[in-house]
Amino acid sequence: MGEPPPRILALWCPDWPVVAAVAAAGVGRHRPAAVVVANRVLACSAVARAQGVRRGLRRREAQARCPELVVLGADSERDARLFEQVAVAVEELAPGVEVVRPGLIALLAQGPVGYFGGTRPVAERLIDHVAGRTGVECQIGIADGLFAATLAAHRGVLVEPGRVEEFLAPLSVDELDREPGVDRAELIDLLRRLGLRSLGAFARLPASDVASRFGADAVLAHRLSRGLDPRPPARRRPPEELAVALELDPPVTRVDAAAFASRALAERLHRLLAGHGLACTRLGIQARTLDGVELSRVWRCAEPLTPAGTVDRVRWQLEAWLTRELIRRGEPVGEVGAESGGIGLLRLSGEEVVTAGALQLGLWGDVGAADERAGRALVRVQALLGPEGVFTAVLGGGRDPAERARLVPWGDERPASDVELAMGPGMGLGVPTVGGSASAAGTVRARGSDAGELPPWPGRLPAPSPTTVLARPVPIELWDSSGNPVRVTDRYLLTSAPASAAVDGGRPVPVHGWAGPWPLDQRWWDTTAGWRGSRLQVLLGGSAGIGEGVAVDSAVGRAAGHGGARVAESADAALLLFCRDGRWSVAGLYD
Amino acid sequence: MVGVEPAADERAARLHEARLHEARSVLGRATRAWGGQRASAPSVLDERVLPVAGPLRSALPGGGLRRGGVIAVRSSTGLLLALLAEASAEGAWCALVGLPEVGLVAAAEAGLALSRVALVPRPGADLVAVTAALLDGVDLVAVAGVERLRAGDRQRLAARARHRGAVLLPVGRWPGADLEVAAVAGQWQGLVGGGAGRLRCRKVKLRVSGRGAAHRGRATSVLLPGPNGAVAGVEWPVGGGRPVDPGRSAEAGVSERAAG
Repeated sequence: MGEPPPRILALWCPDWPVVAAVAAAGVGRHRPAAVVVANRVLACSAVARAQGVRRGLRRREAQARCPELVVLGADSERDARLFEQVAVAVEELAPGVEVVRPGLIALLAQGPVGYFGGTRPVAERLIDHVAGRTGVECQIGIADGLFAATLAAHRGVLVEPGRVEEFLAPLSVDELDREPGVDRAELIDLLRRLGLRSLGAFARLPASDVASRFGADAVLAHRLSRGLDPRPPARRRPPEELAVALELDPPVTRVDAAAFASRALAERLHRLLAGHGLACTRLGIQARTLDGVELSRVWRCAEPLTPAGTVDRVRWQLEAWLTRELIRRGEPVGEVGAESGGIGLLRLSGEEVVTAGALQLGLWGDVGAADERAGRALVRVQALLGPEGVFTAVLGGGRDPAERARLVPWGDERPASDVELAMGPGMGLGVPTVGGSASAAGTVRARGSDAGELPPWPGRLPAPSPTTVLARPVPIELWDSSGNPVRVTDRYLLTSAPASAAVDGGRPVPVHGWAGPWPLDQRWWDTTAGWRGSRLQVLLGGSAGIGEGVAVDSAVGRAAGHGGARVAESADAALLLFCRDGRWSVAGLYD
Repeated sequence: MVGVEPAADERAARLHEARLHEARSVLGRATRAWGGQRASAPSVLDERVLPVAGPLRSALPGGGLRRGGVIAVRSSTGLLLALLAEASAEGAWCALVGLPEVGLVAAAEAGLALSRVALVPRPGADLVAVTAALLDGVDLVAVAGVERLRAGDRQRLAARARHRGAVLLPVGRWPGADLEVAAVAGQWQGLVGGGAGRLRCRKVKLRVSGRGAAHRGRATSVLLPGPNGAVAGVEWPVGGGRPVDPGRSAEAGVSERAAG
């Protein structure tokens, strides 16, 4: 037999899909309504039922029986959302609420029954409270086990302890197929044909015979009909707030004082998290200054934070805030009077947590000291510039150099790059170790074989790639030897050979060499990201002029411009050009 | 027999030791592979000189980037990437400050391990503070936009680098740099003419000048970029195209193309 199931209190809202749909659609409750899914009535209101609408009817038939029927669509999310109010209302009176499905709540009866002094007062209080809070009518049933309690709730019955079999025995076997999501129609049909019309009759069969004859689901149904519980309810815990706060009195204006305060707070947060077996991967830091300004920033971390890591982040964040505050006030950094603002409240919260087991160091001493040192430095820079100030790059697929590199804010998960994967850790991306043609050829071969494992990107320009990729392409004009502009034909050929070029309206310079054009027609299905055009490599003479012209906003270009006098006159500037909609622009520099 | 015993013991112990070492390294590799991006290369970075790629070695005094030094890089992003590449591949951390337009694909081709490259594209007004913070923990810090720094800031950053044992690589003019490396761009190879071929490699003359051992002003030629994107020795690349002849411009090519 097993243990007797615990006493369960079931709270059932009749016709919940209809109630929720009516509430969401703003239809009057007096009007007959039905929720229809796949042309069949899923649930109908009491008014509709009185006019002959039944569950499982075709929509047309239901409308024939009740012409003023309001037909509503099913939406399980809407049902769940609206039912949350009911769950909250019940939770106000009794803890440990489990939402079985929208429309049905189960909780252990023992606590509330003891607290309110009897089953009847509990039922009355709950029905009144739910009706008062949400305006929803519900029924209560108490019995041993969820199944019996649900059936009791359908009937509004309070079953005495130990008399659950008595309660179930006369009920029809159809009751086994009442829950949505369970399909026992075949079993019930079979039982009927065997002459087992009541749950009691089914329950009297030996369990071993049921198991050998009907299969696993029938065993479950058999247990239910005997008043046993297939599983105890799992409790729904109210979400707890993983946060600690500290009132700073006197308010903190100095960084070292703030660091001292944050240490204790971080320890408290970690004790709180450890108590739940959790570790924090996103740390929320909130502070309120005396002027009432709310400051908040969330720190993302690649690995769960240790208490020391938390203290560091809080200190850096406070430092950044306090420094900013002081600069805003125009006071010298470091020396502050106690009355000039400062931080009055500090709050730490675990915005995202993982189970604490994830906070485990490498078994073979992998987390190098250098990595950790670098990580600290980068996080410190993030404190100065914000989380979006420091990036690492991940190479991905794509054809032009700009789209192949993706920037990921430091601390975020670095998705594995296809290049690194294909190269393997030992390859080191093909750096030749010894000078000379033999090693160069060897490296080319090695890269060639590796490139075979990469996902193919036909049309990608092979190495070397431009060392400067302009964020905003700079316009460039190309002319042939007779001064006509050079264009790309519909067959992706140049109309004539470029002989001179002018970058961004500058003075024309001779073209010393060119290669291409290589057509590109990608994402033609996408009207915004897709484009078609050509790429062209050109060598321009007189690079000093180009340096000023091209890289208007490029720091490298500025540096090159400054050093322009040192660049020999004969040196060429190699550019990667894109042609788009008939216009040329500089996309990258090989500098 | 008595003489053999300890030798056998020793051999067994050595074998055992070797096996243990092998197992450790395999497990370490497995852990690193499993850890994905957290893979840290075997650390040989404790030396005072960070390694550079072979062809650059002879150009630099000491054969590499001396820790605590300031090495100004002039007039070439490719040169900067080439200088960083070997150390980065060996496990050093790099930071590129104020270089929002650096070609990251080119960086990977040059040999940088992008998982250990931090980018601070827009340091804004905090350039000095950001660079100082990075020098605390990152081995190689390349900084652009240094022209507007005051002399005091420059000295402070140089002192920070010296104190922390990091290498500061300002991109541009830096009076008082230990070393200044400039690339005098030479000819590109790989354009065959008439639109055929592609840019393959460029012969570059490196001009190294600076204080102390480097003051004589060495000059070395390398291929920057080499045929695969990384720096290479000056020997002609196998299978590379002929150098471009500017005089014989591209008319011939167009007629070929038009005919084809």
